[in-house]
Amino acid sequence: MSESQSQLSTAGAATDEAPVEATSAANAPSTQAAVGRRSFLPTSTLLRHLVVVLVCLVGAVILLEITDPFTNSQLASLSYYAIAAGGLTVLTGLNGQISLGHGALMAVGAYTTALFLESDEPVPLALILLVSVLVATAVGALVGVAAARLHGPYLAGATLALAVGLPGLAIYFHDTLGGEQGMRVRAPQPPDAFKDFIGWVSGNSATGTKWLAYVGAICLIITYFLLANLVRSRIGRTWRAVRDQEVAAELAGINLGAWRVLAFTVSAAAAGLAGGVMALVVRLAAPSGFTLVLSLALLTAIVLGGLGSLLGALLGSALLVFLPPFVTDLGGQFGLDNTEAAQLAPFVYGVVLIVAMIFAPAGFVGTVRLRWLTYRAKQRAAAARASSGG
Amino acid sequence: MQQFVNVTLSGLVEGMVYAAFALALVLIWRSTRIVNFAQGSMAAATAFIALALINAGQSYWVALIAALVSGFVIGAVVERVVIRPVEGGPELNAVIVTLGLFVAIQALIAIIFGSSFQSFPTPFGVRGFEVGGSTIALTPTSVYVIVAVLITMGLLVALFRFTRVGLAMRASAFGQEVARLLGVRVGRMLTLGWALAAVVGSLSGLLIAGGEFVYPAYMDSLIVFGFVAAVLGGLDSPVGAIVGGLLLGLALSYVSGYVPRGSALVNVAALVILMVVLLVRPGGLFASTVARRA
Repeated sequence: MSESQSQLSTAGAATDEAPVEATSAANAPSTQAAVGRRSFLPTSTLLRHLVVVLVCLVGAVILLEITDPFTNSQLASLSYYAIAAGGLTVLTGLNGQISLGHGALMAVGAYTTALFLESDEPVPLALILLVSVLVATAVGALVGVAAARLHGPYLAGATLALAVGLPGLAIYFHDTLGGEQGMRVRAPQPPDAFKDFIGWVSGNSATGTKWLAYVGAICLIITYFLLANLVRSRIGRTWRAVRDQEVAAELAGINLGAWRVLAFTVSAAAAGLAGGVMALVVRLAAPSGFTLVLSLALLTAIVLGGLGSLLGALLGSALLVFLPPFVTDLGGQFGLDNTEAAQLAPFVYGVVLIVAMIFAPAGFVGTVRLRWLTYRAKQRAAAARASSGG
Repeated sequence: MQQFVNVTLSGLVEGMVYAAFALALVLIWRSTRIVNFAQGSMAAATAFIALALINAGQSYWVALIAALVSGFVIGAVVERVVIRPVEGGPELNAVIVTLGLFVAIQALIAIIFGSSFQSFPTPFGVRGFEVGGSTIALTPTSVYVIVAVLITMGLLVALFRFTRVGLAMRASAFGQEVARLLGVRVGRMLTLGWALAAVVGSLSGLLIAGGEFVYPAYMDSLIVFGFVAAVLGGLDSPVGAIVGGLLLGLALSYVSGYVPRGSALVNVAALVILMVVLLVRPGGLFASTVARRA
């Protein structure tokens, strides 16, 4: 008992000093907290994450089989938003670099996927998505080299220029990339193994929509598994050091620029995968799909969920998918016509960004975690007082 | 030769507008160390107010005054209500707040005024002057643009150089603590700075709209061009912003004039110019500082 108590108090000491700044609050050291408590999860990070992956896989299958086709397609949209937001939250939350260019990086992934699916005998889907990731990674590394020397408003402005500029290339090369109209994407047919699997699990019909929802879910789970491991590794800790204390990190022998480029590259890879999945789900890669509003919507998702938190990014992405139909309906009831009501969603994104930054800069997950840590610290203090008094 | 003259002329005229918009960004950056990404949306809002008045039968000049006044009010309200809480905090928070404003105001314009393309009038003709029997790309409207921007710049110089308010504004931008100790109402000066910047931004929004079509997102490219121009000039110097605006205007005009189908590449060209400047001279073309940190 005494041993576990001392462990508790060291965990408390670490968490009491949890930084209150916006970006740090969302990723307080939860591993230490998990050690002291009775936990069902293994202590090894890799094993723990593998268990979570298994649970999520089962959860995803159940969720996709009990919901109707429309919700399935909504969940497919959720998966590409969440993949991109996951990459962005690692970049912005962990490494302190903002990017408004992730919409453009998604476009890179989407156009790559669209180009590869155009051929009559397309290569396997997994390979296409992998190539999309690689192409977006290469572009991201290029942008990252420039971005590593910038910070705050400069970085925001440069990536803003990227978001506004890059879709222009699709119009310039309109013979291959389809110009303003964009490229239609032929969605691949579900393989037989998938049909057998669905027939065995639920007996639902294995439609193309369902197949894409599964592709999205699998990509999402793989991405988050890789990102979560990265965040808890030496690399994640180095990123945090670069974000919080540039000088101290430099003195510790960390090459700031190289680590910033790496963060941007990893983040771009996620955006590329998101773009590929988006092209499949939307069945179109067009400049109008990758406007500035997309980049800002991703930013809203991660700010609202809590910068640096993957769970927050997932929750924020859910908002991006389920909020627009809701507010559009609401707008319709208040007498707005369709095009006007469609603008309510971006309006809400903007207001959410402002309100969250002023009142709860730690975001949803960060705020809840801070409250919980404060509550625990108070309880411990009360217990300590009681035991020393008695 | 004639094409070169025309491309150069239209580049200079566009450059004047970029310069004015960059100047608005620089005004805010100097006083609060914030890049106002919402500047474009705020300007678009005033342009739509002006358009509504013109459609209601008012003259262009009444609408212009109304737009500038509403720009002043919007700028002041935005600073007091949403910027003040994040001033002096982490720089990322301020960036995110201005981006939120950017998107919210743009959506609000679309909800109120609709998102279709509407033509915006100009008080002067858009037919080029004739020189020696051939028409050049200088129109009465572009002369109006140049004169309007020059007058605005002159007024700003006069304000900052020769008035007590201007001195107080410079003092609060230079050293907030010292200015406060000397009895300057720093908060008010910051609000005034944002309001004035919004007026300048609003003017550039109306000038770029003249004779063209407006829609809620029509300022999206201009915010990029204005930012690039301001960074070219170092983001800190009003003169730099003007020179940067003119240089950018010329460069983009040559790209769209000489590269086949170059008009699709204008935004990409701005991106390339920005990247090169930030990599080679991060402090801008005229900066004296060697490194820029925090």
